[in-house]
Amino acid sequence: MLDASTLAMLKKEALDARIKTIECISSFGSGHIGGSMSIIETLVYLYYVEMKIRSDEPDWKERDRLVLSKGHSGPALYAVLAKKGYFPVSELMTLNQGGTKLPSHVDMLKTPGIDFTAGSLGQGFSAALGIAAAQRLQGYSGSYTYAIVGDGESQEGQIWEAAECAGAWGVDNLIAFTDVNGQQLDGYTEDIIPMHHLKERYETFGFDAYAINGHDFNAIADAVASAKKVKGKPHMIILNTIKSYGYIPGEGVKSNHSMSINEETKKSSIEALIKREEAGE
Amino acid sequence: MKDLSVYANYRDVVVGAAIDLAKEHPDVVFLDADLSSCIGSTAFQKEFPDRFFNCGIAEANMAGVAAGMASAGLTPFIHSFACFASRRDYDQLFISVGYTHQVVHVIGSDPGIVAQYNGGTHMPFEDIALFRQIPGFNIIEPSDATSLYSLTQQLYDAKKASYIRTPRKGISFRYTADDTIELGKAKVLRDGSDVTIVATGVIMVDTALAAADALAAEGIKAAVIDLHTIRPLDTQTIESYAQHTGHVVVCENGRYPGGTGEMIARHLAMTYPVKMDFMCVGDEFGQVGSLAYLKSAYGFTPEILADKVRKLLH
Repeated sequence: MLDASTLAMLKKEALDARIKTIECISSFGSGHIGGSMSIIETLVYLYYVEMKIRSDEPDWKERDRLVLSKGHSGPALYAVLAKKGYFPVSELMTLNQGGTKLPSHVDMLKTPGIDFTAGSLGQGFSAALGIAAAQRLQGYSGSYTYAIVGDGESQEGQIWEAAECAGAWGVDNLIAFTDVNGQQLDGYTEDIIPMHHLKERYETFGFDAYAINGHDFNAIADAVASAKKVKGKPHMIILNTIKSYGYIPGEGVKSNHSMSINEETKKSSIEALIKREEAGE
Repeated sequence: MKDLSVYANYRDVVVGAAIDLAKEHPDVVFLDADLSSCIGSTAFQKEFPDRFFNCGIAEANMAGVAAGMASAGLTPFIHSFACFASRRDYDQLFISVGYTHQVVHVIGSDPGIVAQYNGGTHMPFEDIALFRQIPGFNIIEPSDATSLYSLTQQLYDAKKASYIRTPRKGISFRYTADDTIELGKAKVLRDGSDVTIVATGVIMVDTALAAADALAAEGIKAAVIDLHTIRPLDTQTIESYAQHTGHVVVCENGRYPGGTGEMIARHLAMTYPVKMDFMCVGDEFGQVGSLAYLKSAYGFTPEILADKVRKLLH
């Protein structure tokens, strides 16, 4: 359970990250708004409270690392990294421009603070497992690797190759999240390949698993705290989320994976979000 | 250089080179995909149990895990049969390793017809072409134990991802410790003025030397080049011998599209065009059989190579 001041800080930063994500995508005109907005609380919690990082030394060897396996959600991570000081906030307005440091799919060679490249779905989870195994071998016993996987992404077979391997090896410094926002590019996962019983699936694969409301900071904090107490198993926190949460024009919309956001929609959606937050809805 | 007579097979040589690197460099780790007893990486596991990872029959994950490890400062060697080491994990090698500039060394064992009794499902003729599409990968196919050991060690020093194409069984010593084997520098095994035979790997270099002997008896002087490093291509030696002999035949235990022959033909087309021919697999899949049967089935014999040379010269 988070104290009131921390919770207030996190909520404030989440609102700011959502606004910056909308602005970032709008600067290009369109982008992966849905899956970016559904992981905001997780990213804000990890980078503001949990992770052992140095924004002025992004390559610090003993740092905690985060692999955004659903790499198309880059704008959300960029919003958080910019605010944390990895690069100027103004660079958020260069998304996908030629020569940018911020491609829509995360790229470790381009962006300070990105710990691994992702975009070809399924691959980041394996990389995260490799990083976590390396941290153990190198004796960085207090270092963790976090991975964020999508529910649609979990249709990739490699996710389950990595899961069975992580479970078999008992890599307990790997703390993964699956963002179950229930939607993928073509529509609802329920109508395409349903992702049922994910918590139970991961438990069967040897994980210490949780299922929580992915927009509840207290639930995220409690799950991570519990995960860190369980030794000998990797951890999976299933985040039940709403795709496009906070970008109100996309909420409840079937095709909200990637959306066009023009200047007018940007302004009106940010105003509507602030109004809703102030009303405490 | 180490006394390599302690090794009985090529697999012992490549794993032995990795073990010796691991003794010197704590970052070296080995990952296998349930084929550790086939390549003998069990020896690495015995020596460094904490630095050996059996990933099970899941090559895509193995390549991704290796990429993650590399990003955290380790230097992984990963192994599977060449068919799986190239095809089952190709997007992972392309994106998670190649695109991210991670240094991962991929050992693909029993390439081409060396797969023999595992048959067509296990017989990659396309692996060279596939690795050539990934920018930055070094590619080697040594023709003997000495060069296999030496080049594997040099690949570590090169600090770039690599593909090591090698048979598992058998052993031969073409070179001694006194020979200089240099990554990216082709080895001229035999000089000649009429034709240059460029060959990669044990089978093709043996075939080229045997063909050169037969041709010599007819007064045809064939130069033979051991192209142990496919990438980076030793353009200097290739160009110089193309100019010197005016005819080039490229021999590879692989398929033509995207392969070594095509690579050399492209280079010579731009620099010093000469008449060329190729010993390789055409638009065909692999099949089961003994090595002798497969050599005959795909035309990988000294007789056929000598015949290609005769036709090229006329």
